[in-house]
Amino acid sequence: MATTADSFQAHTEEHHHDADHKPSFFARWFMSTNHKDIGTLYLIFAIFAGVIGGGISGIMRAELREPGIQYLGWWVALLGGEAGFDQTLHMWNVLISAHGLIMVFFMVMPAMIGGFANWFVPIMIGAPDMAFPRMNNISFWLTVAGFCSLMISTFMPGGTGLGAGTGWTVYAPLSTSGSPGPAVDFAIFSLHLAGAGSIMGAINFITTIFNMRAPGMTLHKMPLFVWSVLVTAFLLLLALPVLAAAITMLITDRNFGTTFFDPAGGGDPLLYQHLFWFFGHPEVYIMILPGFGMISQIIATFSRKPVFGYLGMAYAMVAIGVVGFIVWAHHMYTVGLDVNTKMYFTAATMVIAVPTGIKIFSWIATMWKGSLTFASPMVWALGFIFLFTVGGVTGVVLANGGIDDNLHDTYYVVAHFHYVLSLGAVTSLFAGFYYWFPKMSGRMHSELLAHIHFWIFFVGVNMIFFPMHFLGMDGMPRRIPDYTPAFAYWNNFATIGYEVMAVSVGVFFVNLIYAFVAGKKAGPNPWGEGATTLEWTLSSPPPFHQFETLPVIDDNHDHSHGGKPATA
Amino acid sequence: MNFCQVASKQLKIVRAVILAFALVVIPQAVSAQDTAAANVQTQNVADASVPAEVAADGQNAEAAVGADAYKPLGPDMIVGQPTPGGMTFQEQYSPNGEYALWMHDAILLPIIVAISLLVLGLLMWVVVRYNRRSNKVASKTSHNTVIEVIWTLVPVLILVVIAVPSITLLSRQYESPPEDAFTVKVTGYQWYWGYSYPDNGDFEVISNMLDDDEAVARGLPEKLAVDNRMVVPVGEPIRIQTTGADVIHSFALPSLWFKLDAVPGRLNEKMLLIQKPGIYYGQCSELCGVRHGYMPIAIEALPRPQFEAWVLSQGGEIGGEDVSDEPEAADLQEPESSVEGAPGAGAPPVDAEEV
Repeated sequence: MATTADSFQAHTEEHHHDADHKPSFFARWFMSTNHKDIGTLYLIFAIFAGVIGGGISGIMRAELREPGIQYLGWWVALLGGEAGFDQTLHMWNVLISAHGLIMVFFMVMPAMIGGFANWFVPIMIGAPDMAFPRMNNISFWLTVAGFCSLMISTFMPGGTGLGAGTGWTVYAPLSTSGSPGPAVDFAIFSLHLAGAGSIMGAINFITTIFNMRAPGMTLHKMPLFVWSVLVTAFLLLLALPVLAAAITMLITDRNFGTTFFDPAGGGDPLLYQHLFWFFGHPEVYIMILPGFGMISQIIATFSRKPVFGYLGMAYAMVAIGVVGFIVWAHHMYTVGLDVNTKMYFTAATMVIAVPTGIKIFSWIATMWKGSLTFASPMVWALGFIFLFTVGGVTGVVLANGGIDDNLHDTYYVVAHFHYVLSLGAVTSLFAGFYYWFPKMSGRMHSELLAHIHFWIFFVGVNMIFFPMHFLGMDGMPRRIPDYTPAFAYWNNFATIGYEVMAVSVGVFFVNLIYAFVAGKKAGPNPWGEGATTLEWTLSSPPPFHQFETLPVIDDNHDHSHGGKPATA
Repeated sequence: MNFCQVASKQLKIVRAVILAFALVVIPQAVSAQDTAAANVQTQNVADASVPAEVAADGQNAEAAVGADAYKPLGPDMIVGQPTPGGMTFQEQYSPNGEYALWMHDAILLPIIVAISLLVLGLLMWVVVRYNRRSNKVASKTSHNTVIEVIWTLVPVLILVVIAVPSITLLSRQYESPPEDAFTVKVTGYQWYWGYSYPDNGDFEVISNMLDDDEAVARGLPEKLAVDNRMVVPVGEPIRIQTTGADVIHSFALPSLWFKLDAVPGRLNEKMLLIQKPGIYYGQCSELCGVRHGYMPIAIEALPRPQFEAWVLSQGGEIGGEDVSDEPEAADLQEPESSVEGAPGAGAPPVDAEEV
């Protein structure tokens, strides 16, 4: 411990002398200890992984456009496998598994926590960097290594064909006795690596937020984004070790003759599901809470008002985090739970709607009597509130164990979690991206393109996912590559929606290129008087090392915002 | 929970109440009745308000004539299947399904639509009313305890309104079947279903998906039609037991509001009551490997006499008193040490028999 602390001291002191001295390219980007550079790396990585994960969903939507198997065989051949009937179907399972794992572990989490939180938590609390800069670096590279392991698994034998076809949940016994070959081992190991990276990231954030706040920055003055990351970090710290344990047991069941999940040896397949969802449910809040934080900052900025009900907002997130740990079995309503268990999980799950409702209404109240401008981040944030509400209310439907008997593992569930994640978390990511892009890059993106991006994306994702409610109610199960003709109409409609959405992603990349090629230089605060957190007091982009002199937070400043440095 | 005990004690009364309730309250049920009435073939048994026994009796004379001539139901008898381009739940043909559908359509759906529209309306309002041009100076209000308490308590009340029918539904779904209920044991295999009938000589029917050409030739829906359906009696409580032979599968029937996982090493049990004769389709609903999409479920619900004719055609036995006793005795495996004169624990069972 002492060594770590010493080297940290030495490190910061060294840079105090030359704040803007940047290391050489390799040292700066491959051995980085700078939270902003690591944040940038995370964001680039998340965009890269998001393109792959989104491309996979394109293959899936193309396949589902009409009944029958059309394209899967082609992809099997492309990846170098034998395109028999079963290999072709196995490819489907590989695609759904990879899509889920990539989007959860290598897109949303790296972007939210690794990217935006790394960039802005230290700045928002007035700290020069993260508490453990080197651990920050290894967190990132472990995530990259995890992604490589997942990619490698695609080319490994996974039983019937190449790749791991277990679903992102990796349920035993399909993932143990049901999937011989190293593919599943590589996929599981990828979760180990990404999980270890996330745990270290969580430790880093908790330490940073508790110990490195600038003078006067009390917990109740922290911007809500910092609160959201603090709660998220605790969820990661408590949930991920359970996942690590569960998937380690999978590895030993697969390779070393244990029978944790094999009834033939006294184990139980449902034990895996309990462990997985004890992690898995907090995980969905891990993916959305930082989004809540970003939306709070953006709504306040563009309403020119402090966040309404700051304490309620902060503690609503704490409540969501706490309750999120005691509702896991609502993912398991049909496994044969006891009636009292099912009643408890029904009631507990519905309770989560209360703090979530507090957040939705507080955002609206923040805008109430505000003076709203509709820059691109605000438009994305407004879209987020509506889409997340739609995803939230279908969650209340699914929370009812008795209703879930019909909807469980149907497309209704797919629609629900894509409304809260694909449309909720991803919309908040784009909102945050347009909000902070000028700060991170020093360049303004095109507001026009950002608005066009929003509207095409909004129409596209609703076309993809809203009809999935209908498919689910009509009985279409998840995770099938082929279906009875009755489901054809809405599947075709959803595939058209995907094409619309894909155009919007093109607009996003055009906007990025535009910004770097022709974008105007951004001043310290492009968003005006409503942007009151500390990052807007710094230049755009901020100096390589900020806050050599710690800012002092004004006692009289309204506590819903970060405050300003006492001296500029 | 007392709900459950009370409900199971008064099983029959509850069922009658549900049926009566369904007839009076649920528009869907009423429309189902209309459809059923139009179908002359099934008219007398389709009426959900007619108690099961009466319905079965009504079929007796007709069934007795063709008892040894079981014919699989044709495409005209498909009752539960997805609607092309459908936007709602499939019509429900079990009492619990009707109650659940009522709960969704009458309580949940209006509430969630209203909340979504409320949020959308408020967003529209702030966009129109409080934009920069309409409201130049932003207020600095950041607290209002009264309104914060209101938007905490009102959702709580809404959830209580949802929780009451939700808990009721759960307790109904967990009603135990009567002790002498007819039992089917459903086993999920990679990638087909096995239906065994322990009350009828314990034969097992293996059910595979028909390929598309065959399904089309028979006029049945592709990817749902199977070679051998799970045949069960209509209008009486059935005990469904599920287990998995290799990996986890899930036995799901959307038009009966029924889904129960088939987990290796476990025997899950749930009651099912089908109100109308006909064919009901479902699909495996837990990812179980490469052909997960190709293991559909088809139930054929028949009046007792036809069902018994089918059992005989499968080489099974009709459950008389003597027959039903026999498997029960066989099921109970006595520990070797309790057998008088047994050589004791650890000895192979063969020895015990010899003694």
